[in-house]
Amino acid sequence: MLVAALLIFISCKKENTLTPVNELDGLQLVTTISNDKHKISLYTASGKFQTGYNAIFIQIKNTEGTPLTNTTISWKPTMHMMSMSHSCPYSSIAKKENAQSVYTGYVVFQMAGSEMEYWEIEIDYTVDGIVNTAKGKIQVAAASKRVVESFQGSDSKRYVMALVEPAIPRVAVNDIKVVLYRMESMMNFVTADNYTIKIDPRMPGMGNHGSPNNVNLTQGTDKMYYGKLSLTMTGFWKINLQLADASQNILKGEPVTDVHEASSIFFELEF
Amino acid sequence: MIRYIIAGMLCVLYSELAFSQSESSGFNDSTNGKQLEEVVIISPRLPSDGVTKPLSSLDNFLAKANAVNMIRRGTYAWEPYINGMASERSVITIDGMRIYAACTDKMDPVTSYVEITNLARANVHSGPSGPSGGATIAGSLDLVRKKSFFGEKNLKGSVFSGFESNNLQKIAGTALSFSQPKFFADIDFTWRNAKNYKAGNGNEILYSGFTKYNMSVITGFKINEHEHIETSVIYDQAVDVGYPALPMDVSLARAVIASVEYIRHHISPTIAQWKTKFYYNDVKHVMDDSKRPIVPIRMDMPGWSKTIGFYSIVQGDIGKHNWKANLSGHHNSSLAEMTMHSNTPGEMDMFMLTWPGVHTNYADIFAEDKYTLSKHWNSTFSAGIGVHNNVVSNQLGLESLKIFYAGMDKSKTRLLKRAAASLQYENKHWNYSIGIAYGERAPSVSEGFGFYLFNSFDRYDYIGNPEMKNEKSATLNGTVSYSRSGFSAKLSGSYFYISDYIIGKPDSSLSVMTIGAAGVKVYRQLNYASIYNSSIDLNYRVSENWLWSGKLSYRRGIGADVGDLPLMQPLTYSTGLLYSLHRFTADLSVDGSARQTKYNPEFGESNLPDCVVMNIAASYRFNIKQHTLLLKTGVENVLDKNYTSFADWNRLPRMGRNIFVNLVWSF
Repeated sequence: MLVAALLIFISCKKENTLTPVNELDGLQLVTTISNDKHKISLYTASGKFQTGYNAIFIQIKNTEGTPLTNTTISWKPTMHMMSMSHSCPYSSIAKKENAQSVYTGYVVFQMAGSEMEYWEIEIDYTVDGIVNTAKGKIQVAAASKRVVESFQGSDSKRYVMALVEPAIPRVAVNDIKVVLYRMESMMNFVTADNYTIKIDPRMPGMGNHGSPNNVNLTQGTDKMYYGKLSLTMTGFWKINLQLADASQNILKGEPVTDVHEASSIFFELEF
Repeated sequence: MIRYIIAGMLCVLYSELAFSQSESSGFNDSTNGKQLEEVVIISPRLPSDGVTKPLSSLDNFLAKANAVNMIRRGTYAWEPYINGMASERSVITIDGMRIYAACTDKMDPVTSYVEITNLARANVHSGPSGPSGGATIAGSLDLVRKKSFFGEKNLKGSVFSGFESNNLQKIAGTALSFSQPKFFADIDFTWRNAKNYKAGNGNEILYSGFTKYNMSVITGFKINEHEHIETSVIYDQAVDVGYPALPMDVSLARAVIASVEYIRHHISPTIAQWKTKFYYNDVKHVMDDSKRPIVPIRMDMPGWSKTIGFYSIVQGDIGKHNWKANLSGHHNSSLAEMTMHSNTPGEMDMFMLTWPGVHTNYADIFAEDKYTLSKHWNSTFSAGIGVHNNVVSNQLGLESLKIFYAGMDKSKTRLLKRAAASLQYENKHWNYSIGIAYGERAPSVSEGFGFYLFNSFDRYDYIGNPEMKNEKSATLNGTVSYSRSGFSAKLSGSYFYISDYIIGKPDSSLSVMTIGAAGVKVYRQLNYASIYNSSIDLNYRVSENWLWSGKLSYRRGIGADVGDLPLMQPLTYSTGLLYSLHRFTADLSVDGSARQTKYNPEFGESNLPDCVVMNIAASYRFNIKQHTLLLKTGVENVLDKNYTSFADWNRLPRMGRNIFVNLVWSF
């Protein structure tokens, strides 16, 4: 017993001291964009870009393979459609927590790409105060579940709303987190402030029943929207949504009733 | 066999001690302190000609006790209601062992995991002052195992078989008893198989068949003159059990019930006996809807319950005191799941825990003293205290419940107190007794922690409430009985005043889970509820060959805010006439109930018309050398009445005309 305990103790200690911190742990490479000086690698947890909210991690390496640790990065995704181009909501980029060379931000793709209509991402980054640029086509797949809504409100403004959390839903009261953007122009999306996102989770496969004690989403200090989502069992849930402005006028979405089974805007979850 | 014949008169109940008395005074069911107790003789030694249908189900035997109603959801596994109260309010034990059912929908009461061949009798104790088992409100039901004892080397046995015409029920089994001066063993096996039954109008009641296998072994080993050890195992398995009153059936209900007991007698002049038992039981219950062609959604609902426990009882006499002390404890773990298979292809299964892995830890100490005041007067005092702890052990389950009760703790401990006092007066012909009792209970697993349990009677989904207080009851009991040669009468009544009465109340803010449910009820506590029970038993020996018996009983239950409590027995009567001559008996009985006018639509009830049912039976005992062959045959519901009673879940019709034959060969 004592020997075993000692062995465990030693092996634990070893692990703690010898394992290097891999800043890319748990992430998978999606694509690498290059210019003649650097390789810019884009990572996500799933190894792909999908419609909806994508937390993206960036590492830039020079030709020797040394990662940049002191750079400022910005980006601009663009959708090239047959008749026009537009961008999408995206965040600024900051260094990943406790990391030296990995940077992170998010992009909300409101549609998937195809052969003819594709997403392109431009990345600007500084090296010794000089801005460098790289550009590349990226593949954006359609998420299997609906996790982003792009719509025009009754105030004639266009909005994009995307589900951030729960990433791993549980049978519990889940924290739900959503980003809400308003489209100012084809290329410019700004966070929409002081709205309320009303939720009504339902199970269409089970008589469209709901769940109790949900809390509608309101904006947090980080501009994202937070609420509580009760899921009483596993399976397929449709989270019916309604967007209300600061005066509680409903801009989009309808209440779920016996005759009206779903709102026109909703997210889907399955677990 | 006269004494058993009386039991056969449908509804007559005995004190166990009545049997040791002479036949002529066999009506007298009162002995010291036993007035609050009813004893249902099930199988005193071997299946007997004394009962109307010796191979009848345990449920039918129990239904004859005044204090007991059996709530019927099908042919199999009826739920015992003691004094008009659901099984959560009583403690049901097998030889003192606690067992927790594994089904969230009450499809497997503890009584469903035994067979009549396992049992000698059932002791039904009204009120919270019960001798063992722990905290209760309504009373306790202890199923006493049948066993032999050390003695001359002897092998006895029986082989039995039965057939019932209505549902083609076939019964077969055997029981063997072996005894020696230092060893005894009892082994028995019973098999039953029944198809769908037909109601009075000939309508087949679909999904009402079942198959049951039961096996039990008891052994005893003598250590010395005053010490011995007993072991007991029951294995019970029911398969493909239909529940026509419910939306689902059961593919498997299985229990293994095992114990080992140490018994020591004559320890000292004041300590007569010390018994200590350790036990374990494991119950698995699998609900099944695969036989139902049309369901809103296919689902699996398995449940598991495991209990480990012990008790240690010391009893003795000091002067005019006859005392008993019992220390007991048990641990139960109950888990039930629900998996719903979506009708949309490709969609993931829906899963939830309907019993979120609830652990119950319970320790109890109880003491009772029977004090003889004088030749005619004696008194009984008892008190007990239990520590009851529930832990929601499953993380998914705990988080599910926290959807409703954000602040709930994983663990909750309660103190459950009980005390009782009674006074009896007895002379040659008359016996009076009066008793008061106080008891408390904790909410059951379903009441405390159930998660969307569908009740198909009121069609509500039920949500447990872990934040409830103890339910408390104050009880007043009284009996008056009179007996003289050839005649006996007993009038008994009890009144329960229950505060913080636990019952489901609709919450319109909640969304139903079950497709087609009317709404959601959450367990709440009424300020109070009161329940009144009364019964009269009469027996009259008309002549040496003719015996008449009659019974009348009534219950009434009212809850603050809800009005009439559900599933309460209306005025019910039965009367029987028995003829016996040597080895031949014949009996005729009539059971009936008045119109049910006290019912509660909020719980799915509607009013019921009155009904009368007639039964006839006859038996003959053939003696072949030392062997006997008992042939018993009869017709139940002779007039093929189509009827249903207050005790029938969802007003499920009762069985129509049924001809039965029971054969018991004893050697």
